[in-house]
Amino acid sequence: MRDRSLLVAGGIFALLLIAPGVLDATGQAYLTGLLMKAMLLAIAAMALDLLVGQGGMISLGHSAFVGIGAYVLAIGLAAGIENILVLLAIALAVAGSFALVTGALALRTSGVYFLMITLAFGQMAYFTLTSLAAYGGDDGLTLWSLATLFGSNVAQNAGHIYLVILAVLVATWWLVHRIGQSRFGRVLRAARDNPERAAVMGFSVFRYRLTAYVIAGMIASVAGLLTAQQNEFVSPALATWQHSGDLLVILVVGGLGSRNGALLGALFIVAAQEALGAVLPEWRLIYGPLLVGVVLFAKGGLNSLLAPGTAGPGR
Amino acid sequence: MSFTLFLIQCLNGLQYGTMLFLIAAGLTLVFGVMGFINLAHGVQYMVGAYLAFAYLHLTGSFWIAALLSMVTALVFGLALEFLVFRHLYGRDHLDQVLATFGIILFLNELAKVIFGPATLSIPVPELLSGSIPLTAELRYPVYRLATIGAGIAVAGLLYIVVSHTRVGMLIRAGATTPQMVSALGVNIERLFMIVFGVGAMLAGFAGVIAAPIFAIEPGMGDNILIVAFVVIIIGGIGSIRGAFLAGLLVGLIDTLGRSLATMATASVFPPSMADQIGPALASMLIYILMAAILIFRPKGLLPAKGAA
Repeated sequence: MRDRSLLVAGGIFALLLIAPGVLDATGQAYLTGLLMKAMLLAIAAMALDLLVGQGGMISLGHSAFVGIGAYVLAIGLAAGIENILVLLAIALAVAGSFALVTGALALRTSGVYFLMITLAFGQMAYFTLTSLAAYGGDDGLTLWSLATLFGSNVAQNAGHIYLVILAVLVATWWLVHRIGQSRFGRVLRAARDNPERAAVMGFSVFRYRLTAYVIAGMIASVAGLLTAQQNEFVSPALATWQHSGDLLVILVVGGLGSRNGALLGALFIVAAQEALGAVLPEWRLIYGPLLVGVVLFAKGGLNSLLAPGTAGPGR
Repeated sequence: MSFTLFLIQCLNGLQYGTMLFLIAAGLTLVFGVMGFINLAHGVQYMVGAYLAFAYLHLTGSFWIAALLSMVTALVFGLALEFLVFRHLYGRDHLDQVLATFGIILFLNELAKVIFGPATLSIPVPELLSGSIPLTAELRYPVYRLATIGAGIAVAGLLYIVVSHTRVGMLIRAGATTPQMVSALGVNIERLFMIVFGVGAMLAGFAGVIAAPIFAIEPGMGDNILIVAFVVIIIGGIGSIRGAFLAGLLVGLIDTLGRSLATMATASVFPPSMADQIGPALASMLIYILMAAILIFRPKGLLPAKGAA
């Protein structure tokens, strides 16, 4: 374990594991809800980092996949499917197909065109969700029954959803970490730094990018499914482009393309929003300029403070 | 649908389209010339509408309010450029996205704090408050016709400025090779500032003329920003002519789609389903159009020559 970023991640995971017990004992149990929110954001942001950090593809439509995951849960439950593993499989399939189609179109372009097209596809998904009148339309839908794991309530608030989310978080971290170290990840970064060179070396840049886009979309849908299950509520707000913007903020604040950037960023942003919100109801008046300040003056994000010199694969 | 209704929808579509053009024109110029992606452009449209509301209450005259709003929108745009945007021209697109995202959050919240979260409206100016008969049974509000006219006039003016004046020549040259323009002794920073200020003023102008027809509310610029993006992608980034053509196309298709889609789906699906599928399909139409155009013309309908 020469790499400090592995220690940082391990430390965070260990803290997250003991946090609910400690918070319960100190009478601060409401904070576990915030931790779950941060973890769910971190899962979606890690997936996005695969695109933005490693692939150099700035997507503003990532929250569409979060929305898809959440609505698969809601619609699946309404249709009588209760097993969370079945719902998970459906979410992965739907998000994967949506990513395959929109990705294939969006990746015909690059740079700013890509950004705007992912934004447009994200809006398309959002408007589709708002038009689902049978599932709440604009207002969203409260989930009166929740998904079960073979009949047990382990993946519910009544059970141990905190641990389930933590387990998915660790698994996602490990998966993205492995992808980053794999040949696939190296090709992705090579194409980010110089697409022509990667193409001349015989790699189909388009295929590698599309694969990354599909993987990222599928992971985000898992985050969405768990978010719905944890909130016991779905709403099209999950799929707004502002939510995609939040995920990008998390990445940049945490440190783009770094191993723990998404994790640190999500914890920090959730804590910062909560703290600002406690001081001032109009916390965005501070948060907005703060964001501008971070972009203008702070480079490298939180990750470079905690683990200097390990800015992640290939950076 | 009767022919009269169809005609009204066409006019509404044209009106929406010209307004989209006003917003997209600034966006496409700023991107074409500076390679700068400005998510806060939609907020500048909102600022224009709120300024019109505030000035109308101060002065009591729509015309003075409109003039003051445009001047303020220009000053506001230049101030934003000076404070934030000019430090981001050389940075990558992600930084630009985030900083302008921060500005959106701030200004939307500020509008909520100053004017409250409820929707506001201002009356149509008296001079344009009537409606005129177009056919025997069709009357159409003068104000909406006037906004179509204003949009087309601005389009013509912009076209003349960009293609037939010295500043326009510099803008086109700057869009192609900014380094070369700079090397030839042109103050490129000042050129950027002019383009940015004009873009902000156009968005503000769109906000002013939208104020009497649409609801003024925090976040009103966010959704129209996305549609403006669709417009400049379809038209070709950096192209004024493309933005005009695409603006009208998107405005017409979106407006007609909303009234036709439910009817069209009702002929295929049972009515209860059509009520759901129709509106969903209608709001997706422009994105489907964009995807289709990208398949055949990845650079848009009328791409600007040499622009990035």
